[in-house]
Amino acid sequence: MKLHEYQSKEIFARYGVPVPPGPITASPTEVREIAARLGRPVVIKAQVLVGGRGKAGGIRRAATPAEAETVAAAILSMEIKGQPVRQVLVTEAADIVQEFYLGMTIDRVARQPVLMASAAGGVDIETVARATPERIARVRVDPFLGLRDYQTRDLALAMGLDARLVPSFSAIARGLERAFVETDAALAEINPLAILSDGTLAALDAKIVLDDNALTRHPDLATLREPAEETAAECAARENGLSYVQIGGTIGCMVNGAGLAMATMDLIRLHGAEPANFLDIGGGAKADRVAAGLRIILTDPNARAVLFNIFGGITRCDEVARGILAAREGLPRQVPMVARLVGTNEVEGRQILASANITPAASLMEATEKTVAAARGATA
Amino acid sequence: MSILVDKNTRLLVQGITGREGEFHTRKMIEYGTRVVAGVTPGKGGMQVAGVPVFDTVAQAVRATGANTSVVYVPARAAADAMYEEADAGIRLIVCITEGIPVHEMMRVCRYLKEKNVRLIGPNCPGVISPGQAKVGITPGHICCPGPIGVVSRSGTLTYEVIWALSERGLGQSTCVGIGGDPIIGSDFVEILALFEHDPATRGVVLIGEIGGTDEERAAAFVETMSKPVVAFVAGRTAPPGKRMGHAGAIIEGGTGTAAEKIAAFQRAGIRVASHPAELAELMARAVE
Repeated sequence: MKLHEYQSKEIFARYGVPVPPGPITASPTEVREIAARLGRPVVIKAQVLVGGRGKAGGIRRAATPAEAETVAAAILSMEIKGQPVRQVLVTEAADIVQEFYLGMTIDRVARQPVLMASAAGGVDIETVARATPERIARVRVDPFLGLRDYQTRDLALAMGLDARLVPSFSAIARGLERAFVETDAALAEINPLAILSDGTLAALDAKIVLDDNALTRHPDLATLREPAEETAAECAARENGLSYVQIGGTIGCMVNGAGLAMATMDLIRLHGAEPANFLDIGGGAKADRVAAGLRIILTDPNARAVLFNIFGGITRCDEVARGILAAREGLPRQVPMVARLVGTNEVEGRQILASANITPAASLMEATEKTVAAARGATA
Repeated sequence: MSILVDKNTRLLVQGITGREGEFHTRKMIEYGTRVVAGVTPGKGGMQVAGVPVFDTVAQAVRATGANTSVVYVPARAAADAMYEEADAGIRLIVCITEGIPVHEMMRVCRYLKEKNVRLIGPNCPGVISPGQAKVGITPGHICCPGPIGVVSRSGTLTYEVIWALSERGLGQSTCVGIGGDPIIGSDFVEILALFEHDPATRGVVLIGEIGGTDEERAAAFVETMSKPVVAFVAGRTAPPGKRMGHAGAIIEGGTGTAAEKIAAFQRAGIRVASHPAELAELMARAVE
């Protein structure tokens, strides 16, 4: 789960990271008032959960309160990569001397957190990583020991930081690390970490991505999710314990297991069609979860046929079959359906579906062929 | 021969009194696995499917000589279960549980490494050596004994491939699901190394997916192997930035795409199938 800049900054501030004050608002009038109160040029920043805000014109400077109001109104009417801007953050325009990058993420290979720092701050770190990987310094952090002081000194040295700034840099790095660990984050990033003209360091932008698997132990953070940032279908899927991603094609698919779901989608493309969605019903899905999944697939008007591909292990084919039957009762529209059930309780599952008008298939290949053909028939 | 589990496996089931734990314990016993103990705190003295239940892992290990464990407990209790197993002398842990926080898993992996305990998973279907033992949830009837090793980040996609192999007349030495999380106990390279040294394995099928760089590292390792490896990578149609079910299956910052992984395999001379059934055909051609 991604957090907004303002939410990430609030968390960092709790861990002693210096963050310039920045109220958020949805009102251009209020932006003018804030700018007037500050009595200095301000920066107005769109709060959306996608990258590339700056390039899209979602971060702009304003010299006067009147200009701030105009700029805020413009930003608040924008959509950035399909996301409407609902709130802006207003902060005093900083007098920046130099920009750095400081971020913590998970090193999957080392199975440890890794703290990364670079003198190439203020730009997309992935671009830096591709073009000039030598400009990023990394230290791996022991999950039991935590970040050591010598490691922060190593990073400061690699960044070419002035010796006088090392103690405050170390404190920021430790704060970032504690925020990362204690919120169960997958990513915690300050970009840029800036040296200001008064010689101090400040976190001018912030980004935190939380581990969805850990949200149950952070009920306070779980409430930060903004329902408006998800599509209705994605939200319904999450609430039903399903994993759903809309893709845009015509073949709806329901599969147990993420890898098999992806392989099924890939096979649909191999047959000359495009998948409408990714939908993993997870392990051990019960009939009601399956029914919810089918309803979600059919909320997408592009879905012209549905392919069920179930390879039972912890999931039982009879449960899935019962779910399909239960959902068919109340569906808003009927589309051709093809089911391929194998594995745990497959005989019972096939028996349940035999009575319904659902085309059976013995293999994934056969199921894909039949579904793609049925969708073409349904379109024609 | 096989890797990881065989006739000598003495299995302990964590969470044996739970719904899934009991269901799959019965399936494992039916398959011929020596399930010697179950553990559920507070339920010591019970029996499940004829298997004695203990309150603690240490008691179970002392009483039964269990050397391998399988974890079916909920995510919130799974890390504790694995620490307990490591401290009680279990040598191989297979964790089926999905949804364990990634920070928790980093600590577990670090701890198990120091204790020299091998972990398979979490969020995986487990390990099966056909005709010998099944530890986890892989449906036994789709497997048959033979010379092909299978290693996969997926669960059900692995079943699909095993099924295709069996249909093609290619039995399996051992099938290992390493798990779909960002942090897993054993990666492709570690399992490939075991297959390379297993005399019963003549070729290996590797099933990868989007996210991370484990496939790229596996491709480099395969170049040092004497046995043929064929591969499949799921997620050619996956959009960037979206988590595809598995916590670890996400294209981030333009890396971790199926195209990159397929290219890495091809550069290493590894044949890559475009669908699961083709994988069996490629393996057949490589070993026959």
